[in-house]
Amino acid sequence: MSSFAPEDAIRLEQQITLQYRFAAGHHATRFFAALKDEGRILATRDAEGNVMMPPRPVCGLSGLPMDEWVEVGPQGRLAGATVVYVPFIDPMTGVQRPVPYGFGLIQFDGADTNIYHLLAETDPAKIGVGKRVEAVFKPREERVGSLADIRHFRLID
Amino acid sequence: MTAVPAAIVATGQTKHASRRLDVSMAEMAREAIDRCLGARGLAFDEIDAVVAGNMEMFEGIYLVDQFFIDALGALGKPLFKLNTGGTVGASVAVACYHLVASGRYRTILGVGFEKQSDGSTQAAITTVGDPIWERAVMAGAIGNFATMASTYIHESGVTELQAAKVAVKARLNACRNPYAHLHLPDITVEQVLESEYLAHPIHRLDMCPSSDGACAIVMAAESEAERLAEHPAWVHAAATAHDQQYMGDSPKRLAVMRSLRAAAAKGYRQAGISDPFHDFDVAEIYEPASYAELAMCENLGICEMGGGGRLIDEGLTQMDGPLPVNPSGGVLSANPVGATALIRVAEAALQVMGEAGDHQVDGVRRALATGYGGNAWTDLMVLSRERPS
Repeated sequence: MSSFAPEDAIRLEQQITLQYRFAAGHHATRFFAALKDEGRILATRDAEGNVMMPPRPVCGLSGLPMDEWVEVGPQGRLAGATVVYVPFIDPMTGVQRPVPYGFGLIQFDGADTNIYHLLAETDPAKIGVGKRVEAVFKPREERVGSLADIRHFRLID
Repeated sequence: MTAVPAAIVATGQTKHASRRLDVSMAEMAREAIDRCLGARGLAFDEIDAVVAGNMEMFEGIYLVDQFFIDALGALGKPLFKLNTGGTVGASVAVACYHLVASGRYRTILGVGFEKQSDGSTQAAITTVGDPIWERAVMAGAIGNFATMASTYIHESGVTELQAAKVAVKARLNACRNPYAHLHLPDITVEQVLESEYLAHPIHRLDMCPSSDGACAIVMAAESEAERLAEHPAWVHAAATAHDQQYMGDSPKRLAVMRSLRAAAAKGYRQAGISDPFHDFDVAEIYEPASYAELAMCENLGICEMGGGGRLIDEGLTQMDGPLPVNPSGGVLSANPVGATALIRVAEAALQVMGEAGDHQVDGVRRALATGYGGNAWTDLMVLSRERPS
C-alpha cells in the first residue's frame, strides 16, 4: 500500500444539480387547493374514525381506505418542540435557514397524527408538549400550494 | 420449514474518523473486509454471496454495488445492495441471516460503509423527507431528534443530567475500543451540559459525531460456523418492523417507539426472552443521541416505561453493571451511517465470541443488537453462544 502525507491527499470536487418535479396526486392536490384558496386544513378519515393528516389514500393502522374528508385545525397542540441552533440547509431555498428557529410536532385539533412545522417562538422555556398553537397563514397572494403556505405556528392561550 | 442454524463467525472494522482522506470509499470498505476475512484466514472464493449497505444519497453514488464489485469480492456472485436508512447495517445482518437460514447459501459476507466526508450528508438528508409533505419544513436529523427528545422528557421525566450521564458513559467506554471515532477520556457530565445546544435539549456532546467508516461480518451455516470460529455468535432472533410513513404519524415518537416494541416482541418470542434485563448479558443498541439510549431501553423492556433515568442513575448499564449497554461506545462515539447498525451487530457478536478485547464484558452468553433509522424503523437481533436446537 502506498502512503502519502495528509496534505497531498487529492479530493475531486463535483457539484451535482438535480431537478425534480413531483406530481402531488389526488390527495395532496385537494389538500393544497383548500390551503391555498380557502386557508382550510383538510385530513382524511376511515370507517373506524382514524383521522390522518397528511391526508392519504389508505390508513396504515386499519388498512381501510380513507374516503372521507374532514377539516382539522387551524389550532392544535404541540406533541413535541425544540429550538434549533445548528444551521440546516432549507430544502426549499438551498440556503441555510437563519437560526435560531422554533420547530415542533403539531397535532391539529381533530387529527390523530402530527406534522412537523416551524414555530414563531424561539424561547425553549415557553414551548413544550401540550402547549396550544395556531397556524399563521401567509397572505392569500403569497400562497402557492405548499405546507410552507403556513408561515409558522404561534402560541395561543 | 426449519431454519438452518446460522452464526456470525468474523467481524472487521475500520478506525472510524471524521475524515479518511487517505482512502477512497472502496478502499475503506475493503479495509474492513480484509480485517474481517483475515481474522479467520478466509478467502473470497469461500464467500457465496455479498450483502452491502450504504446511504447512497450521502455520497451521490447510485450504484455502489456496481462500483464496489471488485473491492467487495463479488465478481460472479449474488450482490444485494440495501438502503433502509440508519437501520441499514442491521438490515444487512438480518438479510445475511435469512440468506443462510433459508439453506440457499452457506457463507455470506455483509458489509456496511459510509464516507460522510466525501459527501453532503446534511443536504442529502433532506431527501429522506417526503417531497410533497415533509421537505418544506424539515430541520435535519438533529431538529427531528430534539423534538422527539422533548416528547420523551415530557412522558418519562428524564432529565438533561441523566442524558449527560449516558453521553459520558458512551465516551468512556469508547476509550477501550480502538475502532471508535471519539476518544474523550476526560469527559465529564459538566462538559456535556456546558456544551452548546444544537437544538434544545440536545447539547453537542449529547449527539453522535459524523464519521467515515466501514464494518464487515461473515455469517455462516452450522458446520461451517463451527469450523470457522471457536465460539460462533449464533442468531436466535432476527426481527424487522416498520412504523407508519410520515415522521409525525407515530403519536409519541421517542417516548413510545412502535417499531422497536414490535421488533422486540417478535425477536424475544423467537429467542425465548422473557426478562430482557436478566436474559441478556450485554446490549449494543442504536442511540444516535443520549436520550435515545434511555428511551430505547424502556421500549426494549430492559426497564419499565419511564425507568430510563433510573437505569443510568443506578449504574445498571455501565461496563461494571449487570447489563452493560454499548461497551463499544455506541453510535455516540462513531456514526459512519451505512456501517453504524452493522457495528452494533458486529460488536454484539464480538462479545458473544469473547473477542471484544479491552471492552469485553465477562461471561457473555447472550447479546442484543438493534438498528434504528429511516423513519423510525427497527431491526433487532439476538445472538447467543448456544447453537439453536
